[in-house]
Amino acid sequence: MSVEITGAEITIRCLQEEGVQCIFGYPGGAVLFIYDELFKQDKVRHILVRHEQAAVHAADGYARSSDKVGVALVTSGPGVTNAVTGIATAYMDSIPMVVISGQVPTSAIGLDAFQEVDTVGITRPCVKHNFLVKDVAELAQTIKKAFFIASTGRPGPVLVDIPKDVTQQKTKFVYPEKITMRSYNPVIKGHARQIKKAAELILSAKRPMIYAGGGVILSDAASQLTELTQILNFPCTNTLMGLGGYPATDKQSLGMLGMHGTYEANMAMQYCDVLVAVGARFDDRVIGNPKHFFNENRKIIHIDIDPSSISKRVKVDIPIVGDVLDVLKELIKLLKAEKKEPDHTALKEWWKQIDLWRERDCLKYDRSSSIIKPQMVIEKLFHITKGDAFITSDVGQHQMWAAQFYKFDKPRRWINSGGLGTMGFGMPAAMGVQLANPKGKVACITGEASIQMCIQELSTCKQYKLPLKIINLNNRYMGMVRQWQEFFHGNRYAESYMDALPDFVKLAESYGHVGIKIEKPGDVEGALKEAFKMKDKLVFMDFITDQTENVFPMVPGGKGLSEMILV
Amino acid sequence: MENEAGALSRVAGLFSARGYNIESLSVAPTEDPTLSRMTLVTIGSDEIVEQVTKQLNKLIEVVKIIDLNDGNHIERELMLVKVRAVGADREEIKRLTEIFRGCIIDVTDKSYTIELTGTSSKLDAFLEAVERSAVLETVRTGASGIGRGEWVLKV
Repeated sequence: MSVEITGAEITIRCLQEEGVQCIFGYPGGAVLFIYDELFKQDKVRHILVRHEQAAVHAADGYARSSDKVGVALVTSGPGVTNAVTGIATAYMDSIPMVVISGQVPTSAIGLDAFQEVDTVGITRPCVKHNFLVKDVAELAQTIKKAFFIASTGRPGPVLVDIPKDVTQQKTKFVYPEKITMRSYNPVIKGHARQIKKAAELILSAKRPMIYAGGGVILSDAASQLTELTQILNFPCTNTLMGLGGYPATDKQSLGMLGMHGTYEANMAMQYCDVLVAVGARFDDRVIGNPKHFFNENRKIIHIDIDPSSISKRVKVDIPIVGDVLDVLKELIKLLKAEKKEPDHTALKEWWKQIDLWRERDCLKYDRSSSIIKPQMVIEKLFHITKGDAFITSDVGQHQMWAAQFYKFDKPRRWINSGGLGTMGFGMPAAMGVQLANPKGKVACITGEASIQMCIQELSTCKQYKLPLKIINLNNRYMGMVRQWQEFFHGNRYAESYMDALPDFVKLAESYGHVGIKIEKPGDVEGALKEAFKMKDKLVFMDFITDQTENVFPMVPGGKGLSEMILV
Repeated sequence: MENEAGALSRVAGLFSARGYNIESLSVAPTEDPTLSRMTLVTIGSDEIVEQVTKQLNKLIEVVKIIDLNDGNHIERELMLVKVRAVGADREEIKRLTEIFRGCIIDVTDKSYTIELTGTSSKLDAFLEAVERSAVLETVRTGASGIGRGEWVLKV
């Protein structure tokens, strides 16, 4: 008979069984037994953050940059409520994650105990699933289920709430090798007849367009997407979540589409006759006004693992429910076997049109400015890192410039909060990225407003020697708010000016890092080079940028894709 | 759906979070105690009903979902209604109850409590037939539905 062990030990053993090497967390009363077990072993490394939101963002960045499930551990009550922003961020972007939270003892649940919240209730709308474990006998199986649900189908965060007494109770530890659930069987293989129909439609296209989203990254299908695009000689655009799914430096890439997408990508979306949507969900920031989108006729093929993403905002002609990787493989196989070729003459005409749109040079900016242009900083960053860095971002103008000007050729290199738009995401996510990729160059592109939302993590970076490069595009404004106020609110800059900013150089130094302030365009390249030379140091670069710069192109809210404001 | 704590709140939460309407909802364990069966009545365009179905299907605890309107089905709702019954009304209400195939299940010298089963519209019709001021209290279960014939919903 095997020995009985406590729920706390079971929790850690489960993580070990799942091959989890690194978790992010913050201790507290309800999770003390779990922390005690963490202390007694050395297989699972724990990273102590300074705020639970950062623990979840770090687990998120870890997952996005590595294809592993991110794991966070927080205590009950405020531990959980602090984590909610991070959980909702991961949920909106479909990131595989398991969050383990402590709970007050089962006997105290519902009695408004100290540090008690209804964790399952609070997190219900922003998790893929959650569990409250009331019996230690169910603990191992529940954690197994959590990892299974988080990482299969359309991924997402799963929370396991464990009352303190359950971590003390003992039982035999058996970790199930496999789990089947009658109520959860995600579809993987696409329907063969639908794929056949899609192939036929693709070959009949005269003005085709491939529109690829985060699903390509999540299912590790970037090389298949690239192969498909190249055998067909079709243009390809990536969503904010899908950057890196198709090499941005390739001539068939039209760059990002959507609210701040390129002119050529948005025009091609609007005027194509066959649209192949791959792991994308036609959200409001991508196609703008759906009515306007349908002013033009086009046939749509939509490949997605989540049936509820299909025909949600846009009616499609050929839906294919399945894992993007699997469906693309099948589609490529079919197209290769097909004797018919794409319509080369029509394609030539289409590319001619696209090249005309490209000539509009929609991302141009004043390169001779005497004030630092934020776009220029990102272009230089791209060149200095040879396009090979992991880039995280916060939310706002800097995020859009990063997406426009850093050309991502590889998947899992661009880490940002696309769906929820969480300011404060960038630096903690970068910590997770660096821990998942110890040898990788990791830069966080941020602004002086966003960075202050999780600035305390500079301390975590010091403790674990995480040599992040922080690119602070400091325009003394919440830039995107300021831009909207300039365009749509009569230049009334209500509360968007960032007053009383800290001296970021001194701040970085006080945390034990290196800080550099850059005020002249001529110093940008030198500072970046110097920073990346300091391989083992976190360098906080405070770039004083042009306050008046706006992100172009822009599709104003409620407008159609071809109704862009251009520079 | 799985007969588990919290499953119902996931369904209810989904409707409020996504702005769908719940007209009625009735739920109880089945002959297999690990499963509950829920009949949910909602109103919306075909697109909305399609989305509702897909979103419900995504809930981990939902085992299977069917739109009963896709085939022939039977639905019944139970209503208990307390009416004022004095004087000549006593006989009138008794007759009305018989016409609607209901039963009087509780009696006082001033009131009847009537049990009535049928489609929701039949229950509505009964309430319209009774003088409005006579209705003291009503309680309805919401519709329960099942497919016609030998076709069964199996897990």
